[in-house]
Amino acid sequence: MQQPNDATPASYRSKLFIPQASSRPDSTPDFSHLDIPHPTDSFKPDVLTPALEMQSLAYGLVRVLNDNHESCGPWQPQLTNEQLIQGLTKMMTVRAYDDRMFKMQRQGKLSFYVKSSGEEAVSIAQGMALQDSDMLFPSYRQQGLLFARNHDIEAMMCQCLSNAKDNIKGRQMPIFYSSKQHNFFSISGNLATQYSQAVGWAMASAYKGEDHIAAAWVGDGTTAAADVYHALVFGSTYKAPVILNVVNNQWAISTPQSFASAGTTFAARSIGFSLPGIRVDGNDFLAVYAVTQWAAERARQGAGATLIELYTYRKEGHSTSDNPDAYRGKNEGDHWPLGDPIERLKLHLIKQGLWSEQQHDELFNQITQQMTECWKRALSHGSLDNGPHWPVSSMFEDVFEQQPKHLAKQSQLISQS
Amino acid sequence: MAKMNMIQALNSAMDSCMANDPDVLVMGEDVGFFGGVFRCTDGLYEKYGAHRALDMPIAEGGIMGVAIGMGVNGLRPVVEIQFSDYIYPAIDQIVSELARLRHRSGGEYFAPVVIRTPCGGGIRGGQTHSQSPEALFTHSCGLKTVMPSNPYDAKGLLTAAIESNDPVIFFEPKRIYNGPFDGDHEQAATPWSSHPKGDVPEEHYTIEIGKAAVINEGCDVTVITYGNMVHVAQAAINKSHINAELIDIRTLVPLDIDTIQASVAKTGRCVIVHEATLTSGFGAEILSQVQEQCFWELKAPIERVTGWDTPYPHAFEWEYFPSQKRINDAMLRTMESN
Ligand SMILES: Cc1ncc(C[n+]2csc(CCOP(=O)(O)OP(=O)(O)O)c2C)c(N)n1
Ligand SMILES: [Mg+2]
Repeated sequence: MQQPNDATPASYRSKLFIPQASSRPDSTPDFSHLDIPHPTDSFKPDVLTPALEMQSLAYGLVRVLNDNHESCGPWQPQLTNEQLIQGLTKMMTVRAYDDRMFKMQRQGKLSFYVKSSGEEAVSIAQGMALQDSDMLFPSYRQQGLLFARNHDIEAMMCQCLSNAKDNIKGRQMPIFYSSKQHNFFSISGNLATQYSQAVGWAMASAYKGEDHIAAAWVGDGTTAAADVYHALVFGSTYKAPVILNVVNNQWAISTPQSFASAGTTFAARSIGFSLPGIRVDGNDFLAVYAVTQWAAERARQGAGATLIELYTYRKEGHSTSDNPDAYRGKNEGDHWPLGDPIERLKLHLIKQGLWSEQQHDELFNQITQQMTECWKRALSHGSLDNGPHWPVSSMFEDVFEQQPKHLAKQSQLISQS
Repeated sequence: MAKMNMIQALNSAMDSCMANDPDVLVMGEDVGFFGGVFRCTDGLYEKYGAHRALDMPIAEGGIMGVAIGMGVNGLRPVVEIQFSDYIYPAIDQIVSELARLRHRSGGEYFAPVVIRTPCGGGIRGGQTHSQSPEALFTHSCGLKTVMPSNPYDAKGLLTAAIESNDPVIFFEPKRIYNGPFDGDHEQAATPWSSHPKGDVPEEHYTIEIGKAAVINEGCDVTVITYGNMVHVAQAAINKSHINAELIDIRTLVPLDIDTIQASVAKTGRCVIVHEATLTSGFGAEILSQVQEQCFWELKAPIERVTGWDTPYPHAFEWEYFPSQKRINDAMLRTMESN
């Protein structure tokens, strides 16, 4: 990496430590220092094991799929062939959805978009491992959870278009979904706030004597936020039935994970809070499923919160607003040693004799076609620029349960201006 | 002189301050290697190094706390909060600590921190990329509060802010980073290069914090505003037949009430415009001061044109953003009463 000019003018010779990036545009990506253990190197403790006795999982990497695309080791989940194919289908569907929405943003139909490419196993496997009655507190990159819960695709597109069929009434930018029906919490633009809220939801579930658990997600960069520590301290103190996930996709916009990881794993943050911490290969569908199921079971049995680090890679830009080539090595993703989650599950299914390249291509075409149809139907309910939208007066609703006088007056004024 | 947009002017201010003083450093999320999501710190990393164009973890409270510590230890941190919508995790450090440090230590300690933060809507940013939270900060004693409306002022005021020993919160209306937007989103965007305030000296200069600018002189009504609304108000005035005096206050705290008072004493009419929400917005403060100072000269009730008391709606951006028409209507209403 090119050293920036360190010759500060005048008097200082800085001794301040500055973390490094995995690569910058003028350097060749190199992930060879990463220790990628074999699936059989891990161990799977009983779900009620005290956190102290499983600390090595926070520094390890739980994997199930080996380099030959076989399932092995202690964490192999019990999944039916149908569930595996469903997982693959859903991951492919999210990817196709993301590709379609990204293109529509580029054509000026959406104001903004965020893809989850390369991270589909996180939300699909985790979504499938949880029960529908469990409450989800996602960040903006877990759209896959809605696919796992069979949310209507056309309705998601309507949210992105802020049109008359947008269930949140045009109030938020694209991708900031909310779906009470799917136990999917309203996504905030402010990072990390959902993390402690998930703990509170879980505490309420325990207080009411229920078995529902909560799950929350933040990115690697977001772990720096204070709310994350609030979640850990409350989650640990009250043994709240919650799964706290850190999606380490290596980047936070242009900032490498080294600006938040403190040179260790994110899973290791569990240790000071006496919580189990597990780092898992986030591109291994089977491993993600297994670890999530383990943590959910632990929470349901009353043993409290688990911190899971999903080790993955953000294949594309942060959003439609940035070009990653400006801050990381070109094709850094090609050097990522943990591959692609869809490709890996596909090859595993082929190896099992459950799937073929031809079936894969057919499914791909079918999903692509489905996206085109959904998009057409969504657009028929209105576009961002030309509407129809919700009525303008709807803007003054839901500020409070009942509209106070001053808002009624403003609503009237807007209709005159 | 050079042609600069607001981003370049702000960059030029930071650059010249960094060149003059090794105590000045810029820091925040994505400000270093990348040069900021709006490119305001572009090139400073290459020029001054990773130690002075510091990338930081995503923790606004942490960023502000360390900025105060650095300031106490002699540095002049220029902090970027990526969007003013994301300043709230830092509010305790700003309101309870940064703003009050000098006072609570009997003048012993102070932290010369500048907080730069993009604000305002008009970019389809929805409720978390469009807010104008300036009034929250004017309500905490000890923070100078600035919002420039053009590149020339942006550079001069930011330079003054960096050189100030008092903490300054510096709001940058992001919709006018690239050009003076007059509120008509259907018109092609005009660049700063075609605006006189896009001529910016390359060398160091300052504009005094606490001084308003009279943009147009007039005798019928005084329009008081700041930030991107300066351009919307200007366009509304240009299209009307009203001889309005337009004041860009530029600094909210300390407020240049003398310039305002002199104008309203002359016109007897006053319209206050800002993009932020109405209730407890900074317009309420301006209105009170005008009422206190100019009661006997007023010929009509003071009008306010502001954003509505709702979160900024993604779908209804142009219904929310105060329009030329609303400003024109308000001016006309003040003209009706005698
Ligand atoms: C409180 C707050 N600060 C800053 C931002 C701006 N911002 C949006 S996303 C982002 C990066 C997040 O990175 P990471 O947590 O790694 O998640 P990823 O985008 O990689 O999924 C930043 C800085 C924000 N939304 N909220
Ligand atoms: Mg990330």
